[in-house]
Amino acid sequence: MKTVEEIKSAIEAVLPGAGVEIVSNLSPSGQHSLRLKPECALAVAKFLRDDAELKLDYLSNATGVDWPESLEAVYHLYSVEKKHGPVILRMKTANRTDQVELPSLTPIWRSAEFQEREIFDLYGIVFTGHPDLRRLLMWEGFKDHPMRRDYREPDDFEYEPTAHDEVLKRSTEHQAAVAGQPGSEAGA
Amino acid sequence: MAVDEGLKIELGKQGVFVTTIEELYNWGRRNSIWPMQFGLACCAIEMIATTMARYDLARFGAEVFRPSPRQADLMIVSGTVTKKMAPQVVRLYNQMAEPKYVIAMGACAISGGPFKQGYNVLKGIDRYIPVDVHIPGCPPRPEALIQAFMTLQKKIDGQPLTGEGRPRFLDAAQQGEFPVPVFGEHDLEPASNKGVWPLPMVKQGIGNSKS
Repeated sequence: MKTVEEIKSAIEAVLPGAGVEIVSNLSPSGQHSLRLKPECALAVAKFLRDDAELKLDYLSNATGVDWPESLEAVYHLYSVEKKHGPVILRMKTANRTDQVELPSLTPIWRSAEFQEREIFDLYGIVFTGHPDLRRLLMWEGFKDHPMRRDYREPDDFEYEPTAHDEVLKRSTEHQAAVAGQPGSEAGA
Repeated sequence: MAVDEGLKIELGKQGVFVTTIEELYNWGRRNSIWPMQFGLACCAIEMIATTMARYDLARFGAEVFRPSPRQADLMIVSGTVTKKMAPQVVRLYNQMAEPKYVIAMGACAISGGPFKQGYNVLKGIDRYIPVDVHIPGCPPRPEALIQAFMTLQKKIDGQPLTGEGRPRFLDAAQQGEFPVPVFGEHDLEPASNKGVWPLPMVKQGIGNSKS
């Protein structure tokens, strides 16, 4: 299979100004990835799927990453026909709060549909162009994104018989809050 | 109220069978507990194994798994109860006809188990419905489920039909329907049913004894 550098130049030969960036992976696996500009991502994805040499016809996995400044979606692509892969694509949002849109790759690979819904549910990335963007695991009306690092669980630490570490901290906080309320049974 | 055992045996030798309504009634009840056909996770596989030939739950009169809550006497909560599933579990329990009993099977159903700190797992089904027998294990072996059955049978056998400690369906003052939690913005609302799950007695964790 082509290296990421070759794929990058192949993309840029067809789509000048696509602005593909190589994110290198220094671990022994050496799985370098390509960071796409969100506005060009759909065209690049279409090229990767349809190019005669690459034929990346199978999206095996899509997931999210929560960075301090932004959110990221990661896609792993393989070719069933050419028996090669993976090629890894990444896309970053502008920030974590109000500009969290990324283009959906579901029109290119159907298998992205549920995985993008899961990313939307757990990380809060909004995929524009997705045919059915609803929460997948949590219920409708749920406001949080549980896989984000700033997610805080609801305060249900009233009964923790074997608390330690983080749970012990939350449990102690809960007990203190309950003890502060007038008419509470804490300490009884 | 119970008939003297020695007298009972003596009369039995003479061909006279003596019993009480209570004994007869509970004997019938405890030997025909029909569970609901309902599984939530991997514990359900052990539950299925329990009903099959090797462990043979039919010996306890519980072989008829009913696909409808209307015909079931026992709910075996076998597996992880997610917050998304919890309202359905409570609703199914409400739809069962009295007398009804609950076995919470496995670590997840009794406490949340390995997923306890997860964002989507209920910390034990006993927060919403009254559980009669808890079995720990991940998953519990079929023998453990059979043990839970026998415990439940003992419990039913010991229930008087009148007075203190009578079963819920003979006590008009008891709670009959259990509120179904609704999906809130951050958690289920309410987070527990205080009538079923009062404030726990153990309040402090290990190393947390100062306050």
